[in-house]
Amino acid sequence: MVDVLDRPLVMDEPAHESHGPSGVLKWITTTDHKVIGLSYTITAVIMMVIGGAFAEIIRAQLATPNGTLVSLAQYNELFTMHGSVMIYLFAGPFAFGALANIIVPIQIGAPDMAFPRLNALSYWLYLTGAITMLSGFFTAGGAANFGWVAYAPLSNSVNTPGAGADLWIGGLLLTGFSAIFTGVNLVATIFYLRAPGMTMFRMPIFTWNLLVTAILILLAFPVLTAGLIMLYADRHFGTHIFSVAGGGVPVLWQHIFWFWGHPEVYILALPFFGMVTEILAVFSRKPVFGYKGMIFATLSIAALSLGVWAHHMFTTGVVLLPFFSIMSLLIAVPTGIKIFNWIGTMWRGEIWFSTAMLMAIGFVVTFLIGGLTGIYLASPPLDFFTHDTYFVVAHFHSVVMALVLAAMGGLYYWGPKITGYLLNERLGKIQFWFLFIGTQVFTLPLYLLGLRGMPRRMAIYPHDPQWKFLNDLSTVGAVLIGISTIVFVLNVVVSWKKYPAGDNPWDGQTLEWFTTSPPPHHNFYRLPPIRSERPTWDYNHPEHRSVPHGHVEVDQ
Amino acid sequence: MKTEAKIMLGLGLFFGLMVAVYWNWGHENAGSVMMFSGMLLGFLPGSYYYWWSRRMRARPEDNPNATQSQGAGVVGAFPGTSIWPFTMGMGAFFVVLALVFGIWFLVPGLALVVWALFGGTAESRRGGKV
Repeated sequence: MVDVLDRPLVMDEPAHESHGPSGVLKWITTTDHKVIGLSYTITAVIMMVIGGAFAEIIRAQLATPNGTLVSLAQYNELFTMHGSVMIYLFAGPFAFGALANIIVPIQIGAPDMAFPRLNALSYWLYLTGAITMLSGFFTAGGAANFGWVAYAPLSNSVNTPGAGADLWIGGLLLTGFSAIFTGVNLVATIFYLRAPGMTMFRMPIFTWNLLVTAILILLAFPVLTAGLIMLYADRHFGTHIFSVAGGGVPVLWQHIFWFWGHPEVYILALPFFGMVTEILAVFSRKPVFGYKGMIFATLSIAALSLGVWAHHMFTTGVVLLPFFSIMSLLIAVPTGIKIFNWIGTMWRGEIWFSTAMLMAIGFVVTFLIGGLTGIYLASPPLDFFTHDTYFVVAHFHSVVMALVLAAMGGLYYWGPKITGYLLNERLGKIQFWFLFIGTQVFTLPLYLLGLRGMPRRMAIYPHDPQWKFLNDLSTVGAVLIGISTIVFVLNVVVSWKKYPAGDNPWDGQTLEWFTTSPPPHHNFYRLPPIRSERPTWDYNHPEHRSVPHGHVEVDQ
Repeated sequence: MKTEAKIMLGLGLFFGLMVAVYWNWGHENAGSVMMFSGMLLGFLPGSYYYWWSRRMRARPEDNPNATQSQGAGVVGAFPGTSIWPFTMGMGAFFVVLALVFGIWFLVPGLALVVWALFGGTAESRRGGKV
């Protein structure tokens, strides 16, 4: 017999709940992980729109060989801030700040994050970091213009004077601390606040991936923070850490940056892998295929990602090519296991092609393209040929656009849990097709451009008909992606409080679908017995209860 | 707690092997130092978790047959609201602006950070009330 018992008691201040502040003061003083997560979500989506607008201007500039839409200096600022906003202010915070904040505590049956006030501080550091970085546009010399990687000596005070670069460094320091605090909070929450019966190997894959992401954050972000302090000291205190003239080593910046930067790729990607895993299982009406295999693949990817940083530095001539090439190629193995398991999860399932499911499938296809071209780049001879060309731009845009597809899938999937309302499915599917087709039309010509030798970071280019055609095609793709964003905003407006979701609109499997939509303060009025990685499914479908990893079911 | 310990110890072991191979093969300082630090970050909490996991009873969340009632009781102190994170965030913002626009921004920045430290600590000591 499956019974339901009261949830564990939580020590709370009832006065805070019933007589707490309201309006803006509530937003400023909240420590509720759901409200903080929602703040992260809204801020990150705004950052996506800003970064996307920069991208549209870049593509409009490149639509003609001698484009005059922006000056050469403005173009440098645009590509620097496009990369910075998308990586530092959108993709990362959306993954480990927004949806993780809202979903992880609920998926493990916790009342909140382990350190609610630290969680709130993380958000304020993220928001002020974003404002700091973007405010460079309002300074006399303009925003930072040394590329999102800020290579020394280009980023020193001689080559890049002005407040814009310092604001970029300051903004990154703030968002870096925000990420570190979030990492601490996620690890503590997952290690110490799981509900009874929620063993580590019963946690949903999304939560597992966020745990691994948080550990990666704790390993990688402090290195970047240290590097930024060194860069600032070189710029203002007369140190010569990255300057040859003073006995320093410029390539040290690249080591430090990429020791953070490559794990950062997986810090961005792993949460979205988790989202897609959940979506594919729920909309295939099946458990995750190869649950433990998925976890070990995630752990392997994370470990290997910490030993591949110098594959970004093959052409410097001072790195150990075979070591970094072997390590980079090895990542294809656990990533391949994941793709195999995603297909296995869908295999013979009762597939429901909802918007979230379409976005998840779009992710798998697009990520496969980005992942396979990554294998080329892990090979030094091929990397020498394509380094600093549009081939590299195409590779990482396939990857990050796959993550955007997954992020949209996550919003359609968990949005109803967070808000209590569904988005319009018809508009969602229209958005998907614009986004998916736009992504391929945008990225695939860039691969060919790179193979034909077009370098990155060029505001103007020679009058080559092939380059012109491929650039035009890519610009059309960027416009389609822009239209998809407009359709999404339109969908939010049209669907605003129109379609009540109910508690479990997708017949979900994990704990977040057991509570109300939106969840109450401290998340649960009651919890079901947790006997597998699908406790809500087990409760709602006692005739089809999961048998976890071959163990015999024991009723309580 | 055993699984948590294994994850962190595994991380430390991985970095230990990596740094041994990398240093012997490449003699490169920066990467070796970073991986050695990564090894410590795995071993330090991992050995702590392992030490505790051998001395404590299995927690309800580690017991596959635990009932919800076994976890009943006080989970922790979760403040409903707090102004101090916002105060500290604004303080940190001003401190960073001092790096760019002048040292005088440090005055309000540090004042807000120190005020938030004291306020937040007092709030915790009084069980969430100030």
